[in-house]
Amino acid sequence: MSDVVEKTLSALPGLFDSQTGAARITSRLRQLVKSITELTSKHEEESLIKQELSSMKEQVSSPNTSMKQMREIMVRAMYCEMLGYDASFTYIHAIKLAQQGGVLEKRVGYLAVSLFLNEGHELLLLLVNTVLKDLQSTNVIEAYMALTVVAQVFPKDMIPAVLPLLEDKLSEIIRRKAVLALYKFYLIAPNQVQHIHAKFRKALCDRDPGVMTSSLHIYLQLITESPDDYKDLTGSFVTILKQVVDGKLPVDFNYHNVPAPWLQIQLLRILSLLGKEDRSTSELMYEVLDESLRRAEMNHNITYAILYECVKAIYTIHPKAELLEKAARCIGNFVLSPKINLRYLGLKALTYVVQHDAKLALQHQMTIIECLDHTDFTIKRETLELLFRITNAQNVTVIVEKMLDFLHVYEQCTTSYKMNVRCYVPMITLTFAPDNSWFIQTMNDVFSTGGDLLQQDVPNNFLRLLAEGKREEDDQLRLYAVNSYLTVLNGDASHLPQRFLQVMSWVCTTTHTHTHTHTHTQNKNSAMRLIQILVRDLKKSYLLNISVRLYSNFKYHFSSSTLILEGVKRVWGRDGYLRQNETTAPPVDEPSAAVQPSGQQEAAERLEPQPEPSTQNQDKLQLASSLFVGLGAGSSMSLLGKSEAPPPRFRKKPRPHESSSSSSSGTSERSSDSSSRSSHSTTDSFLYGSLLEEEPATSISAFSHTPKSSTANGLAQNKDTKEDRRANTSQILGGDMVIVRPNTFQDKHPSLVSSDLTALLPADLKDLPHSDVISLTSDPSLSLSSCRLFRDEALLLVILISNCTETVIKDVAVQLTCEELEVWNVMNCLEGNSTSVCHYALLMDEPHTNVSFTGTVSYQTQPGHTNTLSFSGTLSAADFIRPLVVSTEEYGKLWLSLSHDVKQNLKLLTDASDPLRTTLNALKDALQLHVVDIIGSEGIVACRLLSGAPCLLHCRVNGAALAMWLRSPHPALPDCILYHCQRALAQH
Amino acid sequence: MIKFLLMVNKQGQTRLSRYYEQVELGKRASLEADVVRGCLARRKEECSFVEFKDYKLVYRQYAALFIVVGITENENELSIYELVHNFVEVLDKYFSRVIMFSLDKVHIILDEMILNGHIVETNKTRILAPLLALDKMAES
Repeated sequence: MSDVVEKTLSALPGLFDSQTGAARITSRLRQLVKSITELTSKHEEESLIKQELSSMKEQVSSPNTSMKQMREIMVRAMYCEMLGYDASFTYIHAIKLAQQGGVLEKRVGYLAVSLFLNEGHELLLLLVNTVLKDLQSTNVIEAYMALTVVAQVFPKDMIPAVLPLLEDKLSEIIRRKAVLALYKFYLIAPNQVQHIHAKFRKALCDRDPGVMTSSLHIYLQLITESPDDYKDLTGSFVTILKQVVDGKLPVDFNYHNVPAPWLQIQLLRILSLLGKEDRSTSELMYEVLDESLRRAEMNHNITYAILYECVKAIYTIHPKAELLEKAARCIGNFVLSPKINLRYLGLKALTYVVQHDAKLALQHQMTIIECLDHTDFTIKRETLELLFRITNAQNVTVIVEKMLDFLHVYEQCTTSYKMNVRCYVPMITLTFAPDNSWFIQTMNDVFSTGGDLLQQDVPNNFLRLLAEGKREEDDQLRLYAVNSYLTVLNGDASHLPQRFLQVMSWVCTTTHTHTHTHTHTQNKNSAMRLIQILVRDLKKSYLLNISVRLYSNFKYHFSSSTLILEGVKRVWGRDGYLRQNETTAPPVDEPSAAVQPSGQQEAAERLEPQPEPSTQNQDKLQLASSLFVGLGAGSSMSLLGKSEAPPPRFRKKPRPHESSSSSSSGTSERSSDSSSRSSHSTTDSFLYGSLLEEEPATSISAFSHTPKSSTANGLAQNKDTKEDRRANTSQILGGDMVIVRPNTFQDKHPSLVSSDLTALLPADLKDLPHSDVISLTSDPSLSLSSCRLFRDEALLLVILISNCTETVIKDVAVQLTCEELEVWNVMNCLEGNSTSVCHYALLMDEPHTNVSFTGTVSYQTQPGHTNTLSFSGTLSAADFIRPLVVSTEEYGKLWLSLSHDVKQNLKLLTDASDPLRTTLNALKDALQLHVVDIIGSEGIVACRLLSGAPCLLHCRVNGAALAMWLRSPHPALPDCILYHCQRALAQH
Repeated sequence: MIKFLLMVNKQGQTRLSRYYEQVELGKRASLEADVVRGCLARRKEECSFVEFKDYKLVYRQYAALFIVVGITENENELSIYELVHNFVEVLDKYFSRVIMFSLDKVHIILDEMILNGHIVETNKTRILAPLLALDKMAES
């Protein structure tokens, strides 16, 4: 805006307050406005307006009041109503004024009618005759005024009376207004104007641009409703836009030298509706869209407004690569602009286009991160909107964390514009939750901070998900939920929203009735305790209805099961249930450490000094890498010099309602990336991801955090050590770290053990990447678990022997038999409830796909009385494979020197955007390979067996398959690796 | 779609309001107060758009006067921001000589530009033509 205009505009408020030059006729209004302005209280205003209204009442009923005076009264009445005071006694006089006044009075009368009366107001019928008379007036101004009011407010039932007159006006000079009146009729009674569609077309082709513009409102409406019926008009719209863009309109249609910008916007909207999912129609408009992009180079707000619509149109219609590219570049001009309004619109455009191509967000990573930290609520809000659109299984934790941060800061953010950020969190949580604990914790956070502001379908979906699963892991999810509620209720429960308490009571009812497998006792017991607490808390305060419902729910179960009946009796008794239960039920008293809110935990981690030089920029790069992970092959990690997405800590749990919830969030890239995710907001946490088993299905699953025998204190320590380990490894390995991770491992002994025994590993082994702890066997005295640690020079098999009894067990001896070695390990004694560790370094000399080991533990509970306990397990060749870090040249030399080769076609993971890279990464994740290089459709990969034999893999995309050529000095190794590759891809 | 247009001074007093969607008389005052509060809370360096209930507000300040437009999600904020300026330029063009309180005339101008929540005319000459004709007829 020019300075000159700005200056003249600064005088604008004077329009309303000015003391000078006031005409007589407006003096009373001026007086009124002035008095109101000077008042200090609402009360004073009220009495003043009341006074004013009663004096107006007198005036309007006086026979001496002239039309001119009446007009002045009417403006005052408008003012009073504008301030919120009822002046309905003037309505009838407004109609009279329109009927009887001269042109200026008539106009004010019509204006007052349009301001005072809603559609359907009975007084409107009194206006019809006046309108009919004026439409037939020879005075074009009167007819114009009548059309104006018809286009604003008109009784639906009277449309037939006025329609013929309106149609006549379509050929007159004021036809523009007649078209707008028809548009109004179309909106309120579309059937009444069915027959004049031909006249709409005529209006579209009118030589007056104003008439044509008016007809576009009708067409935008019609085309929104049924685009297929108007495809034949595409050419016309394209031609019109072309003429506008080329500046063929009269100069007075320009706004700041831009030709009819709002008209351009309207046309672009129409074109995008027509071209959507229609290739041939889209082809008609490519040229003019290109032209629009090119012309809009002037640096003015309004050109950006046009560009925004243009970009949207290009991404809505059938895609054309060249245009998409130009449009994407164009967005850069917005988001990089120092002008905040442009930046906002750029974010909005980006939010729109990432729904079609999530990778576009990658180009503007740093800008997005800056906007996320922006102090402006609107910018922040729009950025979260954008992140919501690009959420995938890998970045969900970081994005949810950002959203929850936002909700904590803007607690009062109840705006229902678009959708609440509050509702995004559960939506993506339900869809992408990487594991049970995170899922439940996030949902608890959502429910406890403003749960009552959620839409009802959020708790509904959550509860349905919890209720329906019939597998063991679903039971575990429920148990986890119940345990976390116990923790929540241990604190101050008085601030919890009613919605959350409802959810809790419902979950425990459901948990109690829907438990299917052996964990059921645990589940039922926990649910009972929760019920007890809920009933206790609820009874003493609010929410009596919930406790009544709980009671009635469980009363129902009284009759169905005596076991449950007993439980309920105890719930309603005094403390008895709780105390007795502790001996048999799992210790759920101290779940606090297990259910520590992940958000807080991560927040605390961020506060810790980084091992790397932690400049602000570094933080941003790291945030970027975790936010934009999974959006495009390789590109997300490029900022940190990594070329791969982090491995999953947990396999994503398949959720029964994933499809429905993802469809409601409406993004396209949802289905991919289910297997890997970033575990934390910092990249150095990647390694942490390898510490836990990938497949929780039969082994320890998501409950590895739940303490069994350790106290809350002990567990907290355990957490610390893990974090230390994480920091250490990242320091050691730095940016070029090769991720060593375990392969999938089928446990033959499904375990009930859920203790975090990894804490018991010797200190010098703690830093090593390792598998989950799997239970091997147990008897009443001892329980045995094993854990595999992946050392660079060997596989360490750790056997953990826990004494489950209170008494000391003596002379414990462990014998492990394997093909490679045989070791004795003798301990003198094992204290009650303690755990001892034996570890064995294993090497695989000859490649075998799987090897098994067996062993026995002998021990004495009483002197002279020896017990033995045997165990067995399987190790896979993949446990003995390590990445072979070589350069491309070294690889080439080595390749030529190797003798044994195997060729085979493998499955290519074609669902991703970069199949080769995705497939190689999947193999790398599963088998600890080193991807040396990827060139075009070929990739070279290297690994070695622990004993030293290398194996080189040459991979080439061959149609829908991956042609793999393996070479090794060892004849059996390629077959062995091939087997594990096939298996890894099959499981992917 | 445009839901309403307000002209409010810094003290929060409404100078003009036009609703394109029915809002009960009794609820307008509190809605307007909330709108003004929402806009006044914004700092200069923040963008001119802010969420408000079911709407997005686009606001522009001219000295002590705020013009605030409530719009729906599918509207283009920047084009509305410029529409406000176009409106102000029209007002400036019409009132440049005779400065006086004219609630009715501002409404008449606005009705030419926005109808049923849609932008129907942005050509300044054409926006003012009916009003100028009216003035001429009233004079004679």
